[in-house]
Amino acid sequence: MTRITVNVDGTSYTDDVEPRTLLVHYLREQLGKTGTVVGCDTSNCGACTVHLDGRSVKSCSVLAVQADGHEVTTIEGLATNGELHPVQRAFHENHGLQCGFCTPGMIMQSIDLLAENPDPTDDEVRLGLEGNMCRCTGYQNIVKSVRAAAGGAK
Amino acid sequence: MTAVEERPAAELGSPRLRKEDQRLITGRTRWTDNITLPGMHHLAMVRSPFAHARITGIDTGAAKSASGVVTVLTGADLKDEQGALPNAWAIIPEQKAPEHPSIAVEHVAFAGEIVAVVVARTAAEARDAADLVDVDYEELPVALDLKAAAADEVLAHPDLGTNVSAFWEFDSAAADTGGDVEAAISAARDGGVLIEREYRQQRLIPAFMEPRSIAADPTGEQLTVWSATQVPHFVKIFLALVLGIPEHKIRVIAPDVGGGFGGKLQFTPEEVLTVLAARRTGKPCKYTETRSESLVAAHHGRDQWQKITLAATKDGTVTGLKVDLVADMGAYLGLVTSAIPILGAFMYNGIYKFPAYHLSCTNVFTNKAWTDAYRGAGRPEATFAIERVMDELAAELGMDPIAVREKNWIKHDEFPFTTVSGMQYDSGNYEAATAKAKELFGYDELRKEQQQRRESVDPVQLGIGVSTFTEMCGLAPSRWLGSMGYVGGGWEHASIRMLPTGKVEVITGTSPHGQGHETAWSQIVADRLGVAFDDVEVLHGDTQIAARGLDSYGSRSLTVGGMAVLAAADKVLEKAKPIAAELMEASVDDLEFVDGKFGVKGTDTSMALGDLAFAVFQGHKLSAESEHSLDADATFDPLDFSFPHGTHLCAVEVDTETGRSTIRSYVCVDDVGKVVNPLIVEGQVHGGIAQGIAQALFEEGVYDESGTLVTGSFVDYLVPTAADLPAFVTDRTETPSTTNELGVKGVGEAGTIASTPAVVNAVVDALRSFGVNDVEMPCTPHRVWSTLQGRAADTPAAPHSAQSTSMSQEGQA
Amino acid sequence: MIPAAFDYHAPSTVDEALALLAEHDDAKVLAGGQSLIPVLRLRLAAPEVIVDLGRIEELRGIREDGDALVIGAMTPHHAVETDALVAEHAKLLALATATVADPQVRHRGTIGGALVHADPAGDLPAPAVALGAELVIAGSGGRRTVAAEDFFEDLFTTAVGEDDLLVEIRVPKHTGWGAHYEKFTRVVQQWSIVGVAAAVRLDGDSIAEARVALTNMGSTPVRAAAVEQALVGQPATAEAVQAAAAQAAEGTSPPSDSNGDAEYRRHLATVLTRRAVLAAAGA
Ligand SMILES: Cc1cc2nc3c(=O)[nH]c(=O)nc-3n(C[C@H](O)[C@H](O)[C@H](O)COP(=O)(O)OP(=O)(O)OC[C@H]3O[C@@H](n4cnc5c(N)ncnc54)[C@H](O)[C@@H]3O)c2cc1C
Ligand code: FES
Ligand code: FES
Repeated sequence: MTRITVNVDGTSYTDDVEPRTLLVHYLREQLGKTGTVVGCDTSNCGACTVHLDGRSVKSCSVLAVQADGHEVTTIEGLATNGELHPVQRAFHENHGLQCGFCTPGMIMQSIDLLAENPDPTDDEVRLGLEGNMCRCTGYQNIVKSVRAAAGGAK
Repeated sequence: MTAVEERPAAELGSPRLRKEDQRLITGRTRWTDNITLPGMHHLAMVRSPFAHARITGIDTGAAKSASGVVTVLTGADLKDEQGALPNAWAIIPEQKAPEHPSIAVEHVAFAGEIVAVVVARTAAEARDAADLVDVDYEELPVALDLKAAAADEVLAHPDLGTNVSAFWEFDSAAADTGGDVEAAISAARDGGVLIEREYRQQRLIPAFMEPRSIAADPTGEQLTVWSATQVPHFVKIFLALVLGIPEHKIRVIAPDVGGGFGGKLQFTPEEVLTVLAARRTGKPCKYTETRSESLVAAHHGRDQWQKITLAATKDGTVTGLKVDLVADMGAYLGLVTSAIPILGAFMYNGIYKFPAYHLSCTNVFTNKAWTDAYRGAGRPEATFAIERVMDELAAELGMDPIAVREKNWIKHDEFPFTTVSGMQYDSGNYEAATAKAKELFGYDELRKEQQQRRESVDPVQLGIGVSTFTEMCGLAPSRWLGSMGYVGGGWEHASIRMLPTGKVEVITGTSPHGQGHETAWSQIVADRLGVAFDDVEVLHGDTQIAARGLDSYGSRSLTVGGMAVLAAADKVLEKAKPIAAELMEASVDDLEFVDGKFGVKGTDTSMALGDLAFAVFQGHKLSAESEHSLDADATFDPLDFSFPHGTHLCAVEVDTETGRSTIRSYVCVDDVGKVVNPLIVEGQVHGGIAQGIAQALFEEGVYDESGTLVTGSFVDYLVPTAADLPAFVTDRTETPSTTNELGVKGVGEAGTIASTPAVVNAVVDALRSFGVNDVEMPCTPHRVWSTLQGRAADTPAAPHSAQSTSMSQEGQA
Repeated sequence: MIPAAFDYHAPSTVDEALALLAEHDDAKVLAGGQSLIPVLRLRLAAPEVIVDLGRIEELRGIREDGDALVIGAMTPHHAVETDALVAEHAKLLALATATVADPQVRHRGTIGGALVHADPAGDLPAPAVALGAELVIAGSGGRRTVAAEDFFEDLFTTAVGEDDLLVEIRVPKHTGWGAHYEKFTRVVQQWSIVGVAAAVRLDGDSIAEARVALTNMGSTPVRAAAVEQALVGQPATAEAVQAAAAQAAEGTSPPSDSNGDAEYRRHLATVLTRRAVLAAAGA
């Protein structure tokens, strides 16, 4: 067991973890942050995307011990005082989700994408989401959601 | 008490934003894998690495003594209690099938089959111990190639004596729905046109994003089972039938479910084994599959060879269609494995008025994962074949592919139309949808550009693909299902509870997993009962709440389940009316129901449904004989299927130097009848198109010569991302269905069914001037290039280096 | 899935890391983890000890050193991709890095990890070879420098020994060179089926110097020396470049897999080389 201290969604946690624990499992099983999900075992699907020190990462490909001393934001930490994040709202308003399983990862990656490129074209959005799979939406409304969120942020 | 919100004038047809989104976009979700119960054990499966073998010994000693391990179960331990997994659809009475165990006892028939189950305190400990289970196998020869298997060269199940499960035939002359196809073929042979082709429907993997997961809690009086399933009602009844647990002692819950596409229309070995582990240990047990396990062991889809013979006259009028199918069942029959090709059997004639039709289908076992429903189930295969071959006919005759279709399709004033396969198409307007699609697409301009590129021998060629599809949807009529050999029915159930405060609970037997039933059913009920959209709560997916139901698949939810909801709403009003009359001291005949209120005609006396619900709750003013409830139950079993249709047009640029196909534009005009929520319909079409394109260009479940799945991870099974797909232009025409009061037709599978042939037709069209008339799916750059070189396009079955090689290398390190 | 158990160390200096590697027999270095963690999850490797380089600050960062850029092994892909010095002096590397995996993976994965991993389909070995990079390896016997062409020994095998660390990558400046990385895949988030790294220095309209290396045309990156020579002195036109590129597959032994057989790859190499060189030359 290794002792780590991680700030997740604004709360600081100190825990003993097995070094082999993946960040996503730490979030889900030890912290109850089940909003972040696991969709694959080869780091391809992006469902587990969270922010580590403000940048998007696949939390299935980070060990919890690597997050020691760092800050993690999950889908559950986005809304402030009950106000949805603009990207969350845009996904709702543009029907950017169906089953919703990919959605936390999509939203977290979209936020990262917009931080880097506040006014992306459709193609830039598509390329920026190349690490996130969705089986339901055909991506069209996801792209629309991200563009709408960009417009709203201007 | 009454609703305060103003509701929009028309609830039906309004693009309501979805109710289910709030929890999904904030992570307030309830996936099965989120469930943690006190004392819960975790399961890990040991799976056979061999496609065909005898188990000669299993040593569980080391695993049993590993840290945290509660027990390790093998086939020998469970053989007397596991029963056999069901096939619910014998397409012929003499259908052959091997016994289908949840855990192999002596014989494994595909790589990925479960041979031992580890039950441990944590998932990590379960996995650690699973690696310690030592299984000895004696390898047996494998039956992999479908055609070779059909010839019984190697037997997938030696005890069965053959690989052929069933042979099924339909003949229009025998059924008296049309003429004799052989006569049509001979006539075409001298003086007409005969097109003979063979198409491959490659094996696909549904690849829903949420891996399957099951939690079973045996600690209460009822056994409670959570499962990431499309079919909680099926799971309940099969747990009873297979394991002998009394049905009333079982509660099944499908909480939030992350996609299914037919892939979660199954009663699975993992469900059985999780329940057995819970029963044995007396503790809640949970199993969540990894993606690798999901790809090898959750059922696959498609996998057929299709031999197509089309007879026509020289002016392009089709005179007969003959189809010979060989369908790969994989190693076992799952719930409806055997019937999947047959679900397409009635649709090979598509939107056309063919006079003669014959189909035969041979269902064959191989040593691969079993196949079963995948989005469209039989109908994409049928539509692909007919739409591909109609393009071939056009090419043969030098006609425009749309003109050939027009010559043969059913005209809008010819509905209802009974087809050569005996289906009665309710309504449609192929002319209108096609005209609209052509205009949106810029069909004529694209044809001009294509001509220019052909003439200049541009290395990037342009192809235009047409697909005019219809499907039978709303898998329902119970009588039809019975006549086809299916053990279940196809009706749907709903109930409505009028709560004292005027709020409404709708209980549906459908089991949504992304389709937005909570929103759409709310719209239907808000419209019918005149209550506010937000005052309606839709409950589903828990057999204790939604006691009756037949779940969601086959584009049935709205056309069958939505209609049941409507029927229940009508019953509420029927019950409410006499009570309203009693309370307002008026005659029933003088009452009218407008905008959610019962009013006495010609007066301004009225009573809102919500107030009525409260009065019924109090009961103060009701007579003793009155029923103190406005709640109602209803079922719906349609008279027939409904037949949505549409025209999909796709432009593909093929780089002849590299073989890469890139979709330049995609336009579709679908007619799904009346629409409850256009936003949801559009979303279904988008997702469907993406999956259909994926079959055309990207996805294929590939096995190597020993029966190992080469595409065993998302590194090699190529699910397209946003960066790989184009934007779609979608539009609709609206021809109401005549088989239900809402006038709706199904939409869940439309995009998938239509898009695959549109894309492949475009790829082939781009290469037509090089003498190419087919490219096998998926149309990979390698295949296209090899076809252009005139080489056989046999792509080696080996995964990308980084996964297999690197990993085995790392493994040795 | 969950990796098998291991002991974990996160040293803060290279020397500490080397000592840990020397001390433990079955130890594995963890950089960005974007190749190693999936391998551990699938349990295709189960080292007893993991030595995480993530806390060694000296391994991170990009600086100039005379005629070379020096990139710390632990510099993440995203930093390489967006760095102004790299854009100016080693554009080829930035362009190739941008094609690696996806944004999330590029936030974690490192240049050193990608090079030591030495996947034949990986996108960074070929540009490293094309640009004549030198790799600095630290081991028990001190530091040594290996030319990129000698660094890649076989599939997944490099000059970095079990107890060694790759510490930095020295890239000779190619200031003012045109560059292009042409990556061919079936879906965007995929490893290269074939990739071509090209850098050219133009003199007026003609090619004065060219560097071309190929990804996934053999077990290690392949320098297309014949193409490079044939390009020198040629005008940057489609015809001239095509003639030179026709030799791209010479001496290669590409793999056959589900994405295509060897013959197809040899053909792709010529087409992609032509495209890469023309794009690099701005033609
Ligand atoms: C979904 C996905 C797609 C990808 N697609 C591509 C792609 O298209 N192209 C591509 O090039 N790559 C791709 N990658 C791999 C990516 O580039 C990785 O970042 C890279 O291969 C490994 O870098 P890393 O820092 O993550 O190393 P790690 O995974 O931490 O380590 C990789 C190996 O190198 C060793 N190692 C690492 N650093 C050192 C060092 N400094 N000294 C000694 N040994 C060391 C480790 O022990 C391990 O064996 C992909 C990865 C994923 C998950
Ligand atoms: S679960 Fe992390 S990328 Fe799929
Ligand atoms: S909404 Fe279902 S996977 Fe994206």
